[in-house]
Amino acid sequence: MSVRLRIIAAIQQIAAEQQVTLPPLEDNLSLHETGFDSLGFAILVARLEDDLGIDPFTISEDASFPLTIGDFIRAYENVHA
Amino acid sequence: MSTREVFALRGYLDPHLKDRTLSDARRVVSLTDITGETCLNGRLAEISGRSVLLSAAGQFLSALAMLEIDGVARRMLLCPPDLAADHIHALVADAEIDAVVTDQPSQWAGSGIELVVQAEEQLRPARRAQTERATEWLMLTSGTSGLPKIVGHTLEGLTGAIVADGPARGAPPVWATFYDIRRYGGLQIFLRAIIGGGSMVLSEPGEAIADHVARLRKKSVTHISGTPSHWRKLLMSGAASGFSPRYVRLSGEIADQAVLDGLRHAFPGASIGHAYASTEAGVGFAVNDGLEGFPADMIGESRDGVEMKIVDGSLRIHSRRAAHAYVGRQAAALTDSDGFVDTGDMVELRGDRYHFVGRRGGIINIGGLKVHPEEIEAVINRLAEVRMSRARSRRSPITGAIVVADVILADGCDTGRSEEIKNRILADCRASLAPHKVPAMIKFVDALDVTAAGKLARTDA
Repeated sequence: MSVRLRIIAAIQQIAAEQQVTLPPLEDNLSLHETGFDSLGFAILVARLEDDLGIDPFTISEDASFPLTIGDFIRAYENVHA
Repeated sequence: MSTREVFALRGYLDPHLKDRTLSDARRVVSLTDITGETCLNGRLAEISGRSVLLSAAGQFLSALAMLEIDGVARRMLLCPPDLAADHIHALVADAEIDAVVTDQPSQWAGSGIELVVQAEEQLRPARRAQTERATEWLMLTSGTSGLPKIVGHTLEGLTGAIVADGPARGAPPVWATFYDIRRYGGLQIFLRAIIGGGSMVLSEPGEAIADHVARLRKKSVTHISGTPSHWRKLLMSGAASGFSPRYVRLSGEIADQAVLDGLRHAFPGASIGHAYASTEAGVGFAVNDGLEGFPADMIGESRDGVEMKIVDGSLRIHSRRAAHAYVGRQAAALTDSDGFVDTGDMVELRGDRYHFVGRRGGIINIGGLKVHPEEIEAVINRLAEVRMSRARSRRSPITGAIVVADVILADGCDTGRSEEIKNRILADCRASLAPHKVPAMIKFVDALDVTAAGKLARTDA
C-alpha cells in the first residue's frame, strides 16, 4: 500500500473511532474541514509514526504544519522519497 | 521528663509465647529464643546512644538487627536494598550517622564513620539487653529519582494503627508481605508480626513467584500484604491456587475494583481490604468493604487520631502516626502550618465515595487537558480479558503529549482475539472517559516493569 493510501486509511479509521463524518478527502481539502480536532491529528501523527516509521513534523524543527490534505500527505511522501 | 514507659520492640518478644518464627527462603529463627541472643556478637552496648545506619544485604538479618538495636541506639536509619551508593554520603551527613551495623564491614572501612559493627546471621548467646531509650526510626522515601528524603518516625507512631486495630482474632497470625520490610509498607507488617505475637515470612528478591507462594503455603501464612502490582503479578502467575490466607491487604498504589474483585475470586474465604499509607503520613485508613475508593464521610472528622481533608484535589492527613519531620540540613517542612501532610495523592468525589485518581506529579498534559494515567488504567483493568495495564505519555508535535496504553492480557486469553479486545478497551474508554483520556494506541505486552518498591514503573512520571 502506498504512503498516500496508508494515510487515508488511518484518517478513515480515526474518523470512525471518533464518530467524525469525513468529507471526500481531496488534496485541496483544508485540514480543519476534515472535522478532526487537534487530538485527532495528534493520534493520526502518532499512528503514522508507528506505521511508516517517520514523524515529519518532529524531524524538522521549522516545518510548518500543513494546511491541506495534500500538504499533509506530501510531508510524509517527501521524507519517504 | 516524661515518666511514660519507654516502648521498644524487644518488649514484645515474650519468652512465654512459643512457636513464633521469623523465616526467609533459607533460614528460620525462633522469635522466642532470640531474646537471649545477639546478631552483633555482643557489641550492642557500643552503639548505645548512637545514630546507626543499618545496612544489610538481606531482610532476615535486618529484622534481627532492628529487634536488637531498637531501644538502645539514638537513631536507626533503615537502608532499603536498592539504595544508590552515591546517595549514602549525603544521607550519613544528614542523619548524623556515627555508627554502621552491616554484614559487609569492609565496604565501610574508608567511610569515615567512627564505628562499624558487624552483624551476623549466626546468633550467639547474650544477656537480655535492656531498653534504654525510645529510638528514632529513620526511613527513606521511595521516589524514583534524586536523593531520597529521610523521614523520622517514633516506634509509637509507626505502630499506632496496629495498636488501634487490636490483636488479630483466632490463632496467632503468620504474617507475610511482598514488600521489603525496610520500606514503610513492609515494616508495618513486620511490626504487626512482632507486636501481635505472630510469626513472619519474609520475601526473597529474585525468588520465582511459584516458589514464594509454595513457601507461604508451607508456613501456613494467614495474613499477607502487597501493592496492587504485587497482587496482579501473583494472580497472573496462576500460583495462587491452594494458597488460602485469611487476611489480604493492598497498599502503596491505587487498588482498583478489578484487582479487588480478582482477589475476592482467588481468595473467597479471605478478608480483603486496601489501606492508605505513606512513609510520611503513616497509616491513614483502611477500607474493608471490597470497593475501590473510600467513603466520603471519612473526610473531615478525626478518627483514631487521624484527620483528613482535601485541598486543591489532594489528600491531606493530620495524624499521630505521621512522621514527625524530614531529617537533614536542608530538610523541608513535612507538614503545613496546621500539621497536615500533603500526600500528593489526588482524589475525586464520585457519588458518596472519593476515588484516587493518581499522583500530582504524574499528570499527563494533552494540549492543556490533563489526565492521570491511573484513571485510564482503572477503566482498562475492568475488562475480564485484562490483567494489568499502564497508561503513559507519548510526545506529540500537535498536542505536546498523547496517551498510549500498554496492556497485559489475562492468562488463557487467546492472542488471536487481540484486535477484538483492543476495540472493546477503546469502546469502554470512550464510554467512561473524556476524549483526550482515551488512549491513542494500545499495545499488548508480556510484562510491565515494577520498581523495587513494588509499584508500577512510570518512567514518564
